Amino acid sequence: MTDFDDWRARSPFYDESHEALAQSVRRFVAREIAPYIDQWEADGELPRDLHRKAADAGILGLRYPEAYGGHSEGFDIFHGMTQTEELAAVGAGGLTASLMTHGIGLPPVLALGSDALKDMVAPPVLAGEKIIALGITEPSGGSDVAGLKTRAERVGDHYVVNGSKMFITSGMRADWLTCAVRTGGAGAGGISLLLIDIDTPGVTRTRLDKMGWRCSDTAAIYLQDVRVPADRLIGPENGGFIGIMRNFNSERLGMAMGCCAFARVCLKEAVQWAQTRETFGKTLVKHQSIRIKLADMARRIAATQAWVDQCAWGLENGRDQPADFAMLKVQATQMLEIVAREAAQILGGASYITGSKVERIYREVRVNAIGGGSEEIMLDLAGRQLFGGK
Amino acid sequence: MKILVPVKRVIDYNVKPRVKADGSGVDLANVKMSMNPFDEIAVEEALRIKEAGNAEEVIAVSVGPAKAAETLRTALAMGADRAILIETDETVEPLAVAKLLAKVAAEENPGLILLGKQAIDDDSNQTGQMLAALLGWGQATFANTVTVEAGSITVARDVDGGLQTVKLNTPAIVTTDLRLNEPRYASLPNIMKAKKKPLDTKTPGDYGVDITPRLTTLKVAEPPVRSAGIKVADVDALVEKLKVLGVGA
Repeated sequence: MTDFDDWRARSPFYDESHEALAQSVRRFVAREIAPYIDQWEADGELPRDLHRKAADAGILGLRYPEAYGGHSEGFDIFHGMTQTEELAAVGAGGLTASLMTHGIGLPPVLALGSDALKDMVAPPVLAGEKIIALGITEPSGGSDVAGLKTRAERVGDHYVVNGSKMFITSGMRADWLTCAVRTGGAGAGGISLLLIDIDTPGVTRTRLDKMGWRCSDTAAIYLQDVRVPADRLIGPENGGFIGIMRNFNSERLGMAMGCCAFARVCLKEAVQWAQTRETFGKTLVKHQSIRIKLADMARRIAATQAWVDQCAWGLENGRDQPADFAMLKVQATQMLEIVAREAAQILGGASYITGSKVERIYREVRVNAIGGGSEEIMLDLAGRQLFGGK
Repeated sequence: MKILVPVKRVIDYNVKPRVKADGSGVDLANVKMSMNPFDEIAVEEALRIKEAGNAEEVIAVSVGPAKAAETLRTALAMGADRAILIETDETVEPLAVAKLLAKVAAEENPGLILLGKQAIDDDSNQTGQMLAALLGWGQATFANTVTVEAGSITVARDVDGGLQTVKLNTPAIVTTDLRLNEPRYASLPNIMKAKKKPLDTKTPGDYGVDITPRLTTLKVAEPPVRSAGIKVADVDALVEKLKVLGVGA
């Protein structure tokens, strides 16, 4: 028998508390998400109400400080991973990307922001009342953070911001943007983080349609003479680069875990299809070529998951190295690419019809392989860190 | 009023059960287990009664192996106040469970015992009724709606023809049907809080109850595989076939 969520039972990192969390999130997904996800994919965004419901269920606040309405006591990194797994079960990556955008937008505020800023931002975000997005990438580049061009000039007690931000997840619905700007000279040492109210005069935005992640609203955001109070500076002036970089390990780990989860959805769909679909007088799974494909998918997922879990443990226990997370993301996205492809091959024509999970996940392979740092950027980064050659 | 809610750890409803090769029972090794869905409905109803101010305490109780503690934790995470595990690795039949629950009821004096109408593993549909007989309390099975008033409970029961409304004096037994409510999911912080709620562990011996099975299972077998159907050419052919099979008027 193949149960697709029993892998945790064989892992040293997961116990019955993770299983209990999985059951709760699964029920939330079944009740509040699965019936509507196709509609949200068509709408191009998630309803605000979902954020509030997810907050009430404890999903938005998982592993955030209790003082701001989060739930940290007793939860370890593997509870977060379990939640990622369960949210992935509907096979729509845009759901996690958009519902959990605060996972990239909020940590810089919590790590570097003033108490006043934290008190203002964190509670409504974790309650699902406000949406916070992260604005790093620009039309001129993404991973080259040190080269970003959006300028913020200090004028009295304000910054005046000019520039634009590109591919901003949840950008159309965001209330706040944790925005990287250039306040100083060239390079990493001239970058600051500003919290920008989206309804400030001078902010305009355009919806971007996409290959995948369709229920996640993605925006180009234009900033023209946007006046931002100086106390919205997150961390020290010209000290924003570190705040951006410290996000990356957990973001890459989260994406790698997501890839494993989506790959398991593909495998599950493929197995269920192979066990029922009959060709040439027998079910697909009785054809050797199909069995081999399925086992090959399973082994790729299991190997990647093992490294994901090990890296997660390292991050939690201070025994991590950044290069691992960069390489792990590549491992995971290349694994997903193959697994999604093979699932599509097994489902055949059914995988090409809109509405199948495999069809959607197949379309979302690229956003994983490019978003949050492309495979090439990741491997170059890891190579430089591990083997020098700056 | 206290509400006692017995819950059973059963094979998860999503799992396709497999019969052991020797036909001695269902293979439970490494199979996902969960709270019996009808019991979840009972926990939910008890919590709603408490939240409406008509009960002070909800106590979950389970008879089963040590792992049944996880099922009780689920009930605690949903909102039950405390739990009692009567631990045994033996097979327990409905009568043994009913006897144990009668002893728990004698200790706890609940005004209401809310049970699932049946467990989805053996589908006995007996425990609630046996418990009512042992305690001499009124019972309303297959509850569709439950209304609690001072000293009485009004239950609309799912019956074949529709709903039958009965009024019970407390203390009483109510068993839940599927349409009574939609159980909540435990919020994630409540899952952690449940770890700190009291869970007493007892044994059948503590209650002086002999749980020796009275039934002998001769054989467990998979249901027969349905043979393939046939296609008929048109409605006339269909009607002809139905007549031959004696189906319909």
